[in-house]
Amino acid sequence: MMMHTTNSALMELGVYSFGDTQRNADGTLRSTTEAIANLHEAIVLADTVGLEYFGVGEHHTLDMPASSPGAQIAAAAGATTDIRLGSSVTVLSTDDPVRVFQQFATADAISGGRVEITAGRGSSVESYPLFGYELSDYDQLYAEKLDLLMTVNSSERTTWFGTVRAGIDDRVIVPRPVKGSLPIWLGTGGSAPSSVRAGRLGLPVSYGIIGGIPSRFGRLADLYRATAQQSGHRGPDIKVSAGTFGLVAPSKQEAVERFYPGWRNLQLLMTERRHWPNPDRARYEEQTHAPFAYYVGDPDDVAGRVVDLYRHLGHMRHFFQMDIGGLPHEHFLEAITLLGTEVRPRVQKLLRSK
Amino acid sequence: MELGAYSFGDTQLNPDGSLRSTAEAVKNLFDAIVHADSTGLDYFAVGEHHTLEMPASSPGAMIAAAAGATKQIRLGSGVSVISTDDPVRIFQQFATADAVSGGRVEITAGRGSSVESYPLFGYNLRDYEQLFEEKLELLMRVNEHEQVTWSGTTRAALKDLTVVPRPVNGSLPLWVGTGGSAPSSVRAGRLGLPISYGILGGAPHRFSALSDLYRRTAQQAGHTGPNIKVSVAALGLVAPTKDEALERFYPGWRNMHTQMGKLRGWPAPDDNAYLAQAHAPGAYYVGDPDDVAQRIVQLHGHMGHVRHFLQMDIGGLPQEHFLESLELLATEVKPRVERLLAIEG
Amino acid sequence: MVTYSNGITCCSPPPSSRHRLGYVSTSESRQDSGFRTIAVLGVGRVGSAVARTALAAGYEVRVAGSGAAEDIALLAEIVIPGARPMTVVDAVRDADLVVVAVPLSKYRSVDASALAGKVVIDAMNYWPPIDGQIPDFENDIASTSEVVRRHLSEARVVKTLNHIGYHELEDDAAPSGTTGRRALAVASDDEAAAADVRVVLDRFGFDSLYAGPLAAGRAFEPGTVIFNGSFPRDELLRELELHPHPTH
Repeated sequence: MMMHTTNSALMELGVYSFGDTQRNADGTLRSTTEAIANLHEAIVLADTVGLEYFGVGEHHTLDMPASSPGAQIAAAAGATTDIRLGSSVTVLSTDDPVRVFQQFATADAISGGRVEITAGRGSSVESYPLFGYELSDYDQLYAEKLDLLMTVNSSERTTWFGTVRAGIDDRVIVPRPVKGSLPIWLGTGGSAPSSVRAGRLGLPVSYGIIGGIPSRFGRLADLYRATAQQSGHRGPDIKVSAGTFGLVAPSKQEAVERFYPGWRNLQLLMTERRHWPNPDRARYEEQTHAPFAYYVGDPDDVAGRVVDLYRHLGHMRHFFQMDIGGLPHEHFLEAITLLGTEVRPRVQKLLRSK
Repeated sequence: MELGAYSFGDTQLNPDGSLRSTAEAVKNLFDAIVHADSTGLDYFAVGEHHTLEMPASSPGAMIAAAAGATKQIRLGSGVSVISTDDPVRIFQQFATADAVSGGRVEITAGRGSSVESYPLFGYNLRDYEQLFEEKLELLMRVNEHEQVTWSGTTRAALKDLTVVPRPVNGSLPLWVGTGGSAPSSVRAGRLGLPISYGILGGAPHRFSALSDLYRRTAQQAGHTGPNIKVSVAALGLVAPTKDEALERFYPGWRNMHTQMGKLRGWPAPDDNAYLAQAHAPGAYYVGDPDDVAQRIVQLHGHMGHVRHFLQMDIGGLPQEHFLESLELLATEVKPRVERLLAIEG
Repeated sequence: MVTYSNGITCCSPPPSSRHRLGYVSTSESRQDSGFRTIAVLGVGRVGSAVARTALAAGYEVRVAGSGAAEDIALLAEIVIPGARPMTVVDAVRDADLVVVAVPLSKYRSVDASALAGKVVIDAMNYWPPIDGQIPDFENDIASTSEVVRRHLSEARVVKTLNHIGYHELEDDAAPSGTTGRRALAVASDDEAAAADVRVVLDRFGFDSLYAGPLAAGRAFEPGTVIFNGSFPRDELLRELELHPHPTH
């Protein structure tokens, strides 16, 4: 396995969110409107504290209402100055790649070239019935739509034909991104063939690591890089990012306590919807420590574990999903601030000192 | 009366007449909306178009960006070409923008003056009526309800599915945008939706027959109240003097006319026609603040509209003329309009 | 039709007492099934985890995707080092055991003739909320493995490994004899095949229980208590008794 030694490249830090509807004291949901406004506020704060990336992941539920990453990112583009903005992920299979491209290119123009798209399956299946697609058609939808997205991204005029959407015969698709094209990432979980796909296409890969032992993704990243090289792709597009659960608080104990109720809510919801195992407090706490997957702790703890993962993954960006299951908004904002002002410098220092 | 502007995006031209970038055009439009907000203008709409000259292909994204950067201006589409898009997606984008803006977003659904979206998204222009009817119905449904059940022929059915996020005020103001066809006025009246007339030429006061038809139909259908209202969208430009306004607007008008003419078989641009339209009772609200204010109020006498908004940036209008026009509209035209209306009233 | 003491009803010949539900003999668990070579079909999360587990347990492992061996050569080398990439036909030829870990919607693409006579572990699950509805399974109240077995009509199908998370295969494995070692349920109409598979599971690092014929597999499909949890042998036995599969 390749071990990654540090160089002078900085590690970007960031956040990703699906929107997180707040809870009333009795546990009932507050408004999705508030959730969207909260999310916007969080992105603006992230920009202010110097974080490098914020991703919005498409979801269509009352508790996770960020249904339009395009619109959310565009709003953020108009209200931020430095942070890079993207989707984490766009559920491309159930959308029109032309429309997705147009929204993100519009946001990109307004942001001065800070927008990216990450296409993926996502952890949400609600978009399938909502937009009239069959889950079982996923493979074909995804492959064709990714191809179309890459085509419209690469030049002003597009000619494309396929089976899942009307063909396009030498049409202009506007607006064009500031730098000519947008960075397109492939989002993936832990399935090796997805890393192969990204490597073959020469696209940067973004690993969503929601459980287990993150360092195991190292071999997937190795596979990705080896496949890219074998396919003749090299250069700055061959890179890896990682999205994980996390939360930063002044102390480890506070972080573990703050993250738990939301984590538990999410587990209960998913137990209902998707047959996840029942919430288990002991198992939760175990995962908040190395070598497991919840980056929940104080700045030293989180920074150390990010750098540990770097040795296996060689990733250039690590971003955290913190607002889940109704995390109180003030804890989210504090975590974002600490991530930018405390974790980030620690990570840079650790990377430089190795 | 509210005053405002609308745009399809307007790509700037190099001295040699070649087009500059669409990215710049989008940024210019964004800057213009932010500027308009700062001057106190009431409304800004973005109309969907898919050309190198008019690149505002995503009103939803444009309006969302503006939502994040403005404080008081109301924002909308002019129009969203709903026939060739998914009403659920449109709603989600605008509701997101609305939540970010604190409740300042509206949607205007219409056929639009763009036909590029039909082949681009695989639709047949001939199916327009059915597409529009059904999709408007679906848009109204998702606008009013969090849990949606709907079925039709132009899109997959929805069986008690959740559509989020929800707008600040529960639902978004939803207008029907129309050119001069009477059936559209009847449709809007029947549905009880506010109507927005896009007046591109001819004598604007003739549209009063349509607005009367709209109001009568609404009344017959049992719709009364604040939702039965009319707005007017027209071409125009404000400058310190009438002559400056005419000179500033003319090159862009000529470019647009030539270009559209090639696509749609229009006759070559006629300078006399331009001048005629730029003076009462014509359709181009191009002039100094007094002139424009008077003509707006004149039209108000016929149509009783609550909002008048102008498309200024066409055919490569220099950005500084656009920004100045927006400012004059808000700071000079609007107070004159209010004074004249007070006298009238 | 015979009904057993645990309520399971089935049409096949009654199992011998050795294989009544819950019976485990120590000597049986250490018995050598004689299996040396395992073919794993599918190199996604489940397939690669099973293959790595098998390698760690000392088996010779072949892996196959849906196409040529070269397509998965790098993948095998980096993610399942030690496994030999092959086509499906080559991988299963001469293999003692085949594990099918392809997406369930693709089960019909598995070459049934190549698997004739083989002991085949069906590790697949039907997850409509994730993978969508598949008519073959949606309209059938049988266990998914019974449906699969109709396609792999000459294979000796054993249902197991479906109810352990792919990363848990590596995390929860423990040596034979470990107290409280996690146990997996095994269902098959072919008791000899089930016994052989249980020996393999032991070497993989898991206790096991024979739950009965393939139909009994419904007790540990998605949505069941067993599927959602993790149990040592005695608790697994209790769960199987408390929540027997729905009878047809």
